[in-house]
Amino acid sequence: MYSIADRQELTKRDMVSLTVEAPQIARKIVPGQFVVVRVNETGERIPLTVAHRDVATGTITMIVQVVGKSTALLASLRVGDAIKDLCGPLGTPQRFDKVGTVVGIGGGSGIAVLHHLLGGYRDAGNRIIGIIGAREKDLVILEEDMRALCDELVVTTDDGSYGAHGKVTDGLKTLVERQERIDRVVAVGPLVMMRAVAQMTRVYGLPTEVSLNPIMVDGTGMCGGCRCTVGGKTKFACVDGPHFDAFEVDFDELIQRNQMYQRDERTSLLTSVKAK
Amino acid sequence: MTTPHPELAALEHEGDLAGFCPGCHGGLDVYDPRTRRVWIGLLVKADGQECELRINPELELFEHTCSGTLQEGALLDDVTCPHCGMSLVEQDRACEACGAPAFTLDVSVHSRVSPLSLCTRAGCHWHGVSTQAAAKLKAAVPRQDKPEQDATLRVRNFGEVSYGFDTARAVAEASRCLQCKKPGCVDGCPVQVDIPGFVALVAKGEFAPAARLIRRRNALPAVCGRVCPQDDQCEKLCVLGKKAEPLAVGALERFVADFERETDQVRLPRRAARSGHRVAVVGSGPAGLTLAADLGVLGHSVTIFESLHEPGGVLVYGIPEFRLPKGIVQAETGNLRHLGVKFELNSIVGKLYGLQELFELGFDAVYVATGAGLPGFMGVPGENLCNIVSANEYLTRVNLMKAYLFPDYDTPAPKGSRVAVVGGGNVAMDCARTALRMGAREATIVYRRTRAEMPAREDEILHAEQEGVRFHYLASPTRYIGDEQRWVRQMQCVRMKMGEPDDTGRRMPIPMLSSTFLMDVDMVIVAVGAGPNKVLFEGAPGLERNERGYIRTFTESGRTSVPQVWAGGDIVTGSATVILAMGAARKAADDIHAFLKGGGSDWLPEAPGGGGGAVAETQQPAGAAGQAAVGTPQHPAATGLAGGVA
Repeated sequence: MYSIADRQELTKRDMVSLTVEAPQIARKIVPGQFVVVRVNETGERIPLTVAHRDVATGTITMIVQVVGKSTALLASLRVGDAIKDLCGPLGTPQRFDKVGTVVGIGGGSGIAVLHHLLGGYRDAGNRIIGIIGAREKDLVILEEDMRALCDELVVTTDDGSYGAHGKVTDGLKTLVERQERIDRVVAVGPLVMMRAVAQMTRVYGLPTEVSLNPIMVDGTGMCGGCRCTVGGKTKFACVDGPHFDAFEVDFDELIQRNQMYQRDERTSLLTSVKAK
Repeated sequence: MTTPHPELAALEHEGDLAGFCPGCHGGLDVYDPRTRRVWIGLLVKADGQECELRINPELELFEHTCSGTLQEGALLDDVTCPHCGMSLVEQDRACEACGAPAFTLDVSVHSRVSPLSLCTRAGCHWHGVSTQAAAKLKAAVPRQDKPEQDATLRVRNFGEVSYGFDTARAVAEASRCLQCKKPGCVDGCPVQVDIPGFVALVAKGEFAPAARLIRRRNALPAVCGRVCPQDDQCEKLCVLGKKAEPLAVGALERFVADFERETDQVRLPRRAARSGHRVAVVGSGPAGLTLAADLGVLGHSVTIFESLHEPGGVLVYGIPEFRLPKGIVQAETGNLRHLGVKFELNSIVGKLYGLQELFELGFDAVYVATGAGLPGFMGVPGENLCNIVSANEYLTRVNLMKAYLFPDYDTPAPKGSRVAVVGGGNVAMDCARTALRMGAREATIVYRRTRAEMPAREDEILHAEQEGVRFHYLASPTRYIGDEQRWVRQMQCVRMKMGEPDDTGRRMPIPMLSSTFLMDVDMVIVAVGAGPNKVLFEGAPGLERNERGYIRTFTESGRTSVPQVWAGGDIVTGSATVILAMGAARKAADDIHAFLKGGGSDWLPEAPGGGGGAVAETQQPAGAAGQAAVGTPQHPAATGLAGGVA
């Protein structure tokens, strides 16, 4: 059992940050790696990217965006509650090269992961520009943390309620248009966002990497549920990734694959609501 | 004065004497419960006379004749079964008691009674039974049927298919054992269970002691009784099998293990005094559990590191509930806990701990038994369409994550009404049968060879056939076709024909030109084998692997290129069976124990990869001598485990 040491609501609606006691994982995990979580005996195994780790207190922090039953269950936990199973670190550790200027683009709960990754790039001596986006003002998370980390931060909202009006790709476009030197783009967020970023950076010729979060069961390369086509070859995101060259990823396929259990997810959520 | 033959004594206890005529199925034996006597009714022709003869072989011969009277000393012309007319006289001979003409009646083909040598002289009560005849007799007793859940019912549930023997059947089956002096069955068992020994105990009704006898060699009897390929191992070498059906060793093993557990009589071996040595086991599948049990008993402190949230490896994620109820695996792993074995769940060696880190944590030896957990795909176009899953994923979702109880359990499983399963092994059978239970209208096995070459256990193939799984032999998928939502809708296959046998003696299928055809499917399960998972190797520099990616071992006991690290099971051999993994673990356990007790001896007979100086082969196990002749001098037993396959 892994106790919840801290819990923060990041948005009013559906995003919480859970800090969990897991000393050995905290010692080993590096930015961009993930863990697999099973909340209780009847729970699913779901992959969650770790947003922060603290070796001193032996904790890891995960950002949970409520999208289905399992994430709702996780988000409902309070400090002192416990998660039944926590397995990690998983995924290939990311290498942080010094390339010059790194533009990090994040959306939704991906912002937390992005924050973790950009920390790695900053420590490697890169200049960091962040672009984070949300549908509306209330859904923008970790703005302060990002501001502290980045040399420059752009915030965009779809409805224009905060920051620049538009999508994160509009933020990127602005940077390109003002002739900003960009050596690498890192995008973490919803698949549709990452696909849009990749489409744009391909045009501009900006090397781009993405962090994928497909459906997984074990997270150790055993099931192949997370397979995706990268560069025409089948890769397992859990062990070969989750970081890939954005230009090689077949996003359309992955978007469809991630919807494989949509109907079951609804059934699951409905029955649990009815039970209550 | 005659002594009742033991076989006859045994018959009386059973109460039910079912010797049937093969022609008409009429009863041949007559058992009179009041007098507790067996009579055999026969038609006798002697000196041109016909009469019905009823023999009580135990007491007086020729006591009752229904019509006519046999002349004293008459030479029998023929004795036939009254039902089918088959002649039963084997040979004329002289009575050993009085010298009068005698004959041997081979009634065993019709009844449970042994062939008898009988004397025809009135008043001479001589009869004898030869041992050779006894073997014939046993072969004539049919193998006990294994009761099973009705096929039409069981495809609707996840309850166990086979119910196993009850006590009466178990005793009856055990009584068939010939108790061979040189038992072939034991040679056929990768862990050398004392099969005649435990079977004799079953025949006597001593079930719990029988289970304990198995436990001396096999820590997981309830598991092996269910999933071992007995038809290829112990039962294949059973002498009874030459004439008729072999002894049902697997069913008996399962029976005693279940009896022991269900009657709460599990008594684990006594633990030796603590040795002070610590052993880390990576992976809690059959090999890991066996090794942990062996070393636990020997007093070593064993910790098993398991990446999943439940111990058991393939026993919990792979083999379905209807073939191996998970409660049984839990009971077995619970037994290990009683032996002091610790389980570190959710702990991935290679990620959470490096291999060398385990030594820093104070372990003196490491056993790597991570299995072959990487799912194989064929790499044909369209394989990443929605609703095409690996067998590993499908079975893990349904078994480990209990998707068959969805939505009570949160994990869903893919569903389809026309499901194709690609492959012909046990895993493919498991997938097809699971799919039917999960509501598929039809499940079709698509296999590139024929039924004869299918690697699955005969029982599993039969069960699948009974349950209505369809089989499409000599076909292989070449392309998957999806709809606009990228869900699989059709599977394009090519027909195959069988070619010449390859080096392994297995005939290779060859695709036939322009023979493609389309199958309508809405779900595909790919069950074409598995490979080595590479997660471990990230944290295990220096651990040598072979060209297929499995760990290279240098002794039969599984020593690897890294000192104090042993490996065994599928991660060395590639996908094999539960029992072979257990056999490998047993050898490793013996060697680890010897190593820990002996302190630092030379790790390998010769340096890995050759070129090393000559090192004394101190740890070479006896069985490795034969291997050395096959392998090159540099790798005395690198193929040791594969060589052990029966």
